[in-house]
Amino acid sequence: MALLRGGREKVCQLFKSHTTRHSSVSHRCFSAEPAPKESDDSITVTVNPFKGHRLEPPSRDVQTNKKELLDMFETMVRMRRTEIAADLLYKQKLARGFLHLADGQEAVPVGIEAALDFKDSMIQSYRDHCTFLGRGGSVKELFAELLGRKDGCARGLGGSMHMYKREHNFFGGIGIVGEQCPLGAGLAFAHKYRSDGHVAMTLYGDGAANQGQLYEAFNMAAIWELPCIFVCENNHYGMGTAERRASKSAAFYTRGDYVPGMWIDGMDSLAVKQGVAFAKQFVLKNGPIVLEMDTYRYHGHSISDPGSTYRTRDEISGIRRARDPIDHIRTLLIENNFAEGSDLKKREKQIKREVEADIEAAKKSEFPPIEDLWNNIYKDGLGAKLRPIEISKPKIQL
Amino acid sequence: MISRCFRGISALSRHSCSLILRGLSTASASTSEKPETSRINLCTAVNEALAIALENNKRALVFGEDVSFGGVFRCTAGLLQRFGKERVFNTPLSEQGIVGFGIGAASLGCTSIAEIQFADYIYPAFDQIVNEASKYRYRSGGEFNCGGLTIRAPYGAVGHGGHYHSQSPEGFFTHVPGIKVVMAGGPADAKGLLLSAIQDPDPVIFFEPKMMYRTAVEEVPKGEYTIPLGKAKVKRKGTDITLVGWGQQVAVLEKAAALCLEHHDISCEVIDLRTLLPWDVAAVEDSVNKTGRLLVSHEAPITSGFGAEVTATITTRCFARLESPPARICGYDTPFPLVYEPIYMPTARKIIDAVQHSLKY
Repeated sequence: MALLRGGREKVCQLFKSHTTRHSSVSHRCFSAEPAPKESDDSITVTVNPFKGHRLEPPSRDVQTNKKELLDMFETMVRMRRTEIAADLLYKQKLARGFLHLADGQEAVPVGIEAALDFKDSMIQSYRDHCTFLGRGGSVKELFAELLGRKDGCARGLGGSMHMYKREHNFFGGIGIVGEQCPLGAGLAFAHKYRSDGHVAMTLYGDGAANQGQLYEAFNMAAIWELPCIFVCENNHYGMGTAERRASKSAAFYTRGDYVPGMWIDGMDSLAVKQGVAFAKQFVLKNGPIVLEMDTYRYHGHSISDPGSTYRTRDEISGIRRARDPIDHIRTLLIENNFAEGSDLKKREKQIKREVEADIEAAKKSEFPPIEDLWNNIYKDGLGAKLRPIEISKPKIQL
Repeated sequence: MISRCFRGISALSRHSCSLILRGLSTASASTSEKPETSRINLCTAVNEALAIALENNKRALVFGEDVSFGGVFRCTAGLLQRFGKERVFNTPLSEQGIVGFGIGAASLGCTSIAEIQFADYIYPAFDQIVNEASKYRYRSGGEFNCGGLTIRAPYGAVGHGGHYHSQSPEGFFTHVPGIKVVMAGGPADAKGLLLSAIQDPDPVIFFEPKMMYRTAVEEVPKGEYTIPLGKAKVKRKGTDITLVGWGQQVAVLEKAAALCLEHHDISCEVIDLRTLLPWDVAAVEDSVNKTGRLLVSHEAPITSGFGAEVTATITTRCFARLESPPARICGYDTPFPLVYEPIYMPTARKIIDAVQHSLKY
């Protein structure tokens, strides 16, 4: 099991005693071993080894520097606070609809964005808050969308499950599991057709890994050698069903069969960055790849799922202790003398205040006008009108 | 008092007011004594029906996503413990696979009770339903059939469901000869209809009004009983206009009817179709021949909704009797909206307005 180094070993031993029946959940600890600094600001960090399927994975040594680590830390903290604040808003019934939180999974979008740029396309399913923020979306836009206001990123029409950002090629935000996979292949085709040197990232979960249309997408991408990076965000549970009870093979990076694949420690944003940078070069030359990000969500599937009927609280807290993505980067920053623990705490408090201010600003935004009920169904409207009797109350309330 | 009623009706807060359905049990019991009943909600009624089906038929299976721990709405709670994992089991997240697998098992004599977690997710299975399930008996000249298949799916608005947790897809399936489509409107009906659907020799799609799982509570007969498919029920007698609906919309029609009488002295007859395919044409025809007016209401978008079928058929049969054009009060032709749900929904207020319009014609 895993590569345990130094002080991590103790933590992992502690965690092992909390191992539950869901032993398929990978409890690798970080194997980050700070190497001697080459310069004041850059370091090399060794991450958990990648696993390759029909390919030679990249080196485990990741170059990074103080600025990148600080950026990653701040972005992840902002994502984490956003998710917790969203949870509260729902419990206060200010935001409605369905809510799927991704706290615990922050390393994935942060690592991806460190390796890609905004001209690469991205499409995902509904657990999209952190991805939206990673794609350059603002916290205020996100909360306005949750509250159904017109300053939201989808003008209040979509809600939590439908975040979009056109300027940065974030195609959402899709409700039906697996539906985004053939779309991602299509995005990749467009990139190849335009020869623009960019790729499409198609994210799906371990639950979606059993949907037929994913395999249709694999085949098409492979046959036409499309620059599509399929990413399985494996948080080990599809709604309430553990991966080993839903999938005959839970080695999702191999499920593309003839499509090469790679397993990445999805709780380590540096490992994600390395893997995705490798993948981008790979797909531009060879066609599709399947990445499996081994990650974990702390909350339940959605706001109505307590998340503890199918896994133990010990498992959740154990993973949090051993593999939390934010704590990992915090440790790297402190151990390499890039920041003091107290500074980071101060920054975290500041980000918390900024998020709260964004929520207040979002609350002040107006609801979208009634006309938006029938706008954007077709490009040109069909001349719809609404009689006053049809609107019992002009005020929209969630 | 009046304004509270209106607020209570508006779709948004509908789910937060407990719908206590008045009424006696709807069992078609042949004995003259009233059967023993218990006061339960729709979710428990469905659960009881499933347990009875599993108990009486050793080849009955209940499967779907997350059904083992009880399901996301708790309709399958306790079944795994009682009947074991060979008969009550989770499937992977593959709707097309779930239904296809169910058809296959049914063809060999199993009673497959498949659950689609939300009706909004039924579309990957659309091909299996339309091209396999509905045509199996026909294309094999009666040699084979998958009558043992019942697909259960929660449907309908909940107040905040948005695009993918609120849809009413019944219209798509009523267009397919070979399957049956059933919409339960309350706990007692749900239990009896589900047991009928499971025992029916043809594949049935059984839609359950998810908003009513917890909010609809009534006296439901204990033990086994069935309600025949293809038979509508007159929920409220009236003389001026016939209101036709199904599923959770029936409660809205009943509320509108009560207010029509109270404020406008209009007497509405309310019919719950209960089965959409095949639907009880005679019952609606008789009613419209009595009242001379028709209004159909459903949550699904108005164009090509099942209301169009009811309207067209009744207009043909009752043309000379009709006093006014039939009305349809339905959802708008938009994707099911998130923020605009209160405006989108066919509320009692809109129905009352249409009723008055019809009476003044």
